[in-house]
Amino acid sequence: MDASIFLIQCLNALQHGLLLFLVASGLTLIFGIMGIINLAHGSFYMIGAYMAFALGPLVDRWAGGGFAATLLLCVLLAALLGYLLEAAFFSYLYRRNHLQQVLMTYGLILVFEEVRSLLVGNDVHGVPMPAWLSGTIPLGGVMTYPVYRLFISAVGIGVALLLYWVITRTRLGMMVRAGASNREMIGSLGIDINRLYRIVFAAGVALAALAGTIAAPVSSVYPGMGHGVLIVCFVVVVIGGIGSIRGAFLAAMLVGAVETFGQVLFPAAAGVLVYLLMAAILLCKPEGLFKQG
Amino acid sequence: MKQTSKLIPMAVLLALAAFPLLGADYYTGLAVKLMIYAIFALSLQLLVGGAGLVSLGHAAYFGIGAYAAALLSPESEAAGLAWLLGAAVLGAAAYALVTGALALRTRGVYFIMVTLAFSQMAYYVFHDTDLGGGSDGIYLYFRPQLSLGGWQPFDLDQPGVYYLFVLACLAFTWGFLAMLARSPFGAALAGIRINEQRMRAAGYSTFPYKLAAYVVGAALAGLAGFLYALKDGFVTPELLAWEQSGLVLLMVILGGMGRLGGAVLGAGALILLQELFQSQAIFGDYAQHWHLPLGLSIIALVALLPDGLVGLPAQWRARRRAAAPPADAPEAAPAPAPAPAMPLHGEPHA
Repeated sequence: MDASIFLIQCLNALQHGLLLFLVASGLTLIFGIMGIINLAHGSFYMIGAYMAFALGPLVDRWAGGGFAATLLLCVLLAALLGYLLEAAFFSYLYRRNHLQQVLMTYGLILVFEEVRSLLVGNDVHGVPMPAWLSGTIPLGGVMTYPVYRLFISAVGIGVALLLYWVITRTRLGMMVRAGASNREMIGSLGIDINRLYRIVFAAGVALAALAGTIAAPVSSVYPGMGHGVLIVCFVVVVIGGIGSIRGAFLAAMLVGAVETFGQVLFPAAAGVLVYLLMAAILLCKPEGLFKQG
Repeated sequence: MKQTSKLIPMAVLLALAAFPLLGADYYTGLAVKLMIYAIFALSLQLLVGGAGLVSLGHAAYFGIGAYAAALLSPESEAAGLAWLLGAAVLGAAAYALVTGALALRTRGVYFIMVTLAFSQMAYYVFHDTDLGGGSDGIYLYFRPQLSLGGWQPFDLDQPGVYYLFVLACLAFTWGFLAMLARSPFGAALAGIRINEQRMRAAGYSTFPYKLAAYVVGAALAGLAGFLYALKDGFVTPELLAWEQSGLVLLMVILGGMGRLGGAVLGAGALILLQELFQSQAIFGDYAQHWHLPLGLSIIALVALLPDGLVGLPAQWRARRRAAAPPADAPEAAPAPAPAPAMPLHGEPHA
């Protein structure tokens, strides 16, 4: 492999891993703090991407356009959706056992996919890239690299740093960490656990939708796009250790690299590699790399 | 009570055997599909309800059984039934032996994810390589035939015979699992499900029991997959997809965990709901959006029936007892039986 191709693949791996991290961070927090196995989390990624497709033209017409405005609108709407969903549906799941949670969120996937089909249809759609990000930069000789992919990586790194700051330096982050290691205990210490759950859930949905929104111009939007992401993100969460943001970050980078380089080096076995990686890691560390609590 | 509990399965068996005589081909085909999924759900019931092992990768064994049937059948003539069936069942069991030995090192949520991972591996092997025709799938042109030294006791190409063959497999699976549940092996599995630590303290090496249950469950799922391949003569990687694993897990939970009847009821309810919502005659153009009512029904059913369909009579009885005024039944126990509390975490405490 030539040095510039290697560099490009490294950048792709970074971008892919960061996108996975955005989805997986919410999943691991919801998993770790509320103890909910949320199969519908991939749907939030799908919803983010479809919002970018559906709302982009509207923002252009009514608000004079702007990619940043669309992005902000999508994330806010997703956070609102997460907040309402937690209040209306997920708060009910806490009292049920894991199996029933799995089934009810499985039912929710079907509902989301079909509502999407009713509203937007089943066609594959492209989402336009903003003009100021659609260029490429030269990369050693004849190779170039799209600026938009660098933008995705930048957003991912920004969000990861923000999350790190919130979790390690703020009061909310302290509650989140306490919740991930012992959720019965912090409830008995007088912390409003329902409010914490609602905020964490809304944030998780917003992060997944953000990933979908910024990925849409690269991946286009298509039916079932949430399913593949969901399963890979579960792999990330399990490799990283449930409830650990740091674990999710490292695992997302690892999975991103394995998937990207697998596609290039062993195209026939690319799909299998991630699962082999997960099996190997769980055999050495049955509770993931960074188990909380 | 004891007598009726034996009579009901016999009556159902006889009614099912007589069903094709009605001559409704569409419904006969539907009944075949239902029975195949009932076998599939029963095989998972052994793991989930029997040993407390929640697998989200059970479709892999169903798919391997189906692919074994399609790949090992010659294109121009019928294969031998006995060895093709054996290959399908043993193929599924062999994959389960290897992956189960690894997956059973983990527990709880991690076990769910590792089984999912191993089934996704099998999915991608069939989806991304040319082994089984890639994502397009593969055809099975001739149903296998049983031949004993040139004599054919039955011909699976006849729809009625194939129907009875599937029914016989279902009856075999039910009988086998019922026998297993009553055996010392089944009792050991129940002990592991309820409190594995205590079983180990009692001197049981629990790992071989769990592995044996995992392999037997996979072998029966392979049988269901084999029958499914014969049904349509067409096998695609989607048979191994995680949605399929979710569907069969749903059947087990919806029907009721730990009871053989639950798995069959759950399979029946889900397949019939799918057929209902896909019906153009009832829903017209909206029938293409059948996932929406199906998803909503799944949520509603799981919410309303915590013990599954099979627990419904008990749930009703408890409700009626709770609603009855004490003056009507002075000798009845004053406190209504509380619904069994579901532990939040599946794992027992040491």
